[in-house]
Amino acid sequence: MTIATFLGADWQTLADAFGLGGIYALMAVGIGLVFGVLRLVNFAYGQLVMAGAYALAFAYERGWPVWVGILLCFGVVVVLSLAMDLVVFRPLRTQTPAVMLVATFAVAFLLQSIALLWFGSLGKIAASLSSLNQPWTVGGVDIRKISIVATAVAAGCLVALVALLGRTNVGLHMRAAALDFRTARLLGVRANRVIGSAVVLSGLLAATVAVLMTVQTPLVTPDFALRDTILVLAGVVLGGMNRLVSATLGGFAIGFASGFLGGALPTNQSQYLPSFLFAAVILVLLIRPGGLFTRVGQQAVERV
Amino acid sequence: MRRARATLELLAPVVLIVAVALFGTTVSSSTQTYVITTLVNVAIVVALYIFIGNSGVVSFGHISFVAVGAWTAGILSMPVSEKPAIMPSLAGFLRHTTVGNVPSLALAAAVGAVYALIVGLPLMRLSGLAAGIATFGVLEITHNVLRYWEKIGPGLNTFSAVPETTGLLQSCVGALIAVVVAFGYQWSRYGRMLRATREDAAAARAVGVSVYGQRLVAFTLSGAVAGLAGGLYVHLLPVNAESFYLDLTFITLAMLVIGGATSLWGAVVGAVAVSAVDSFLAEAENGVKVFGQTLDLPSGTRIVVVGALMALVLILRPSGLTGGREAPVPRAMVRGLLTKFPS
Repeated sequence: MTIATFLGADWQTLADAFGLGGIYALMAVGIGLVFGVLRLVNFAYGQLVMAGAYALAFAYERGWPVWVGILLCFGVVVVLSLAMDLVVFRPLRTQTPAVMLVATFAVAFLLQSIALLWFGSLGKIAASLSSLNQPWTVGGVDIRKISIVATAVAAGCLVALVALLGRTNVGLHMRAAALDFRTARLLGVRANRVIGSAVVLSGLLAATVAVLMTVQTPLVTPDFALRDTILVLAGVVLGGMNRLVSATLGGFAIGFASGFLGGALPTNQSQYLPSFLFAAVILVLLIRPGGLFTRVGQQAVERV
Repeated sequence: MRRARATLELLAPVVLIVAVALFGTTVSSSTQTYVITTLVNVAIVVALYIFIGNSGVVSFGHISFVAVGAWTAGILSMPVSEKPAIMPSLAGFLRHTTVGNVPSLALAAAVGAVYALIVGLPLMRLSGLAAGIATFGVLEITHNVLRYWEKIGPGLNTFSAVPETTGLLQSCVGALIAVVVAFGYQWSRYGRMLRATREDAAAARAVGVSVYGQRLVAFTLSGAVAGLAGGLYVHLLPVNAESFYLDLTFITLAMLVIGGATSLWGAVVGAVAVSAVDSFLAEAENGVKVFGQTLDLPSGTRIVVVGALMALVLILRPSGLTGGREAPVPRAMVRGLLTKFPS
């Protein structure tokens, strides 16, 4: 008996769940990196992904080669995330986390409605990589390429990130800033450079997510990635915001659960999937407000 | 002296609401709908204020209490003959029961309060980010369940055939009730204790205030006001599950933040100001004449402008238009009141 039949699902569902988990893990890292240095939960992260997806659609419409589209996507997203930092995050750095959350909520809606104004509500097609939806035959079972590619890319990005954080000076500065920003600054870490690099990194991750997501959902609408962001945010808080690893695990867990249950449950039950997921999130928050994957005694969240 | 000042502080929001309602009697019936919506929005934003303003904890979940109130009032006040067409699989006793306008609103408030109490019992232990995400979860769950569970409502259908009783008078009275409730609460010892926890939770706890208990009181009370506002809403427009989701959450939070989250006056001013801008832009999206020129904005401009306004206010004036203070009361007025009614 294989794991898949034990769980009552086919291999494709399992692979999809891994792919979605990987994508959500990347988004979780993107949100977690900025949170680490700024203590700011970026609700507008999904709109970065949306902007990247529109860039891909723009390139696809004009028939540009795939690599140009991807390059454009990365450029647009990184510029937008730097602009967001400059215009919104920087003046808000001294505010409480709740105010910053509301502010990024506003930015998310702002960007979404700008997209609505600019591109209309019907959506654009970004299908330059749609060949990845073809199946690969692995050991007698058919699995869509994108599920494997998404898992592999996510794993690759995470390994690269671990190397960057662990082996380079910038990474060291970022980890120091995440631990204690003021002390890090006293010891000569440049605030703007650290924040800037965290913002750029999270932008790069958002662009990667945009490329991966448009393969499965080629129709790009203004609310592209909105639902995913809400789920990832829940996952990040669920895992524990204070450490990047736990945030990433939380993101992966909620992506995996969402992909797996979405594929395995019949429609009349899977329509209630968001309810189950969020009920689980609330339950975990009540039992472990500091996060599921944090060590005991490390929970910084104060309970009342 | 303090009591006189307090009465005058209540006067400013009341006068503003009555002024808006009176303005509504002078305009055409299409514009009047905007005025009525503004007054219902005031009630929702005041409900948000009762909890968020006094506790300092952000809640993204209050629109679910509005939705529950709307569901209650809508289902109960729809004529029995219309129910099978819109809600074919409604549960037994709901199918045969119809109540009048005022009882439906009272029940909406009651159900809103009970729902908020049930949700708040576990959730009020959280604060900060965890509270934000958990209340967001409440919104998602409520939206999801109301959308698909056809035994307790129309599911994906729209609440048509509900008597449209929310006119200027009803919306004005509703907004006034919300304001008076919020005012009474913030001057009561409960309101003071909750604001003490907002300023310094540890100090408040040290003098014996239960942070959890006070937040729960405010959450339940604001659930009642939100439920009432939902009842007003369903008697105004044919709504559905999508009406009570992210868009309304965003716009009402924006109103609260733009006005100034820490005062009742701020909540009312924010609701009126943003509603005015929003209604004007909504008209302009259909084409409107301003100073002899036709202004025709593409649809979607509203949220761009409101979102930009909110971001600007948060960045430039984080405590809101009113600075988060109650309406300024001239000393002369306080003294005048004291000489007339020496207490």
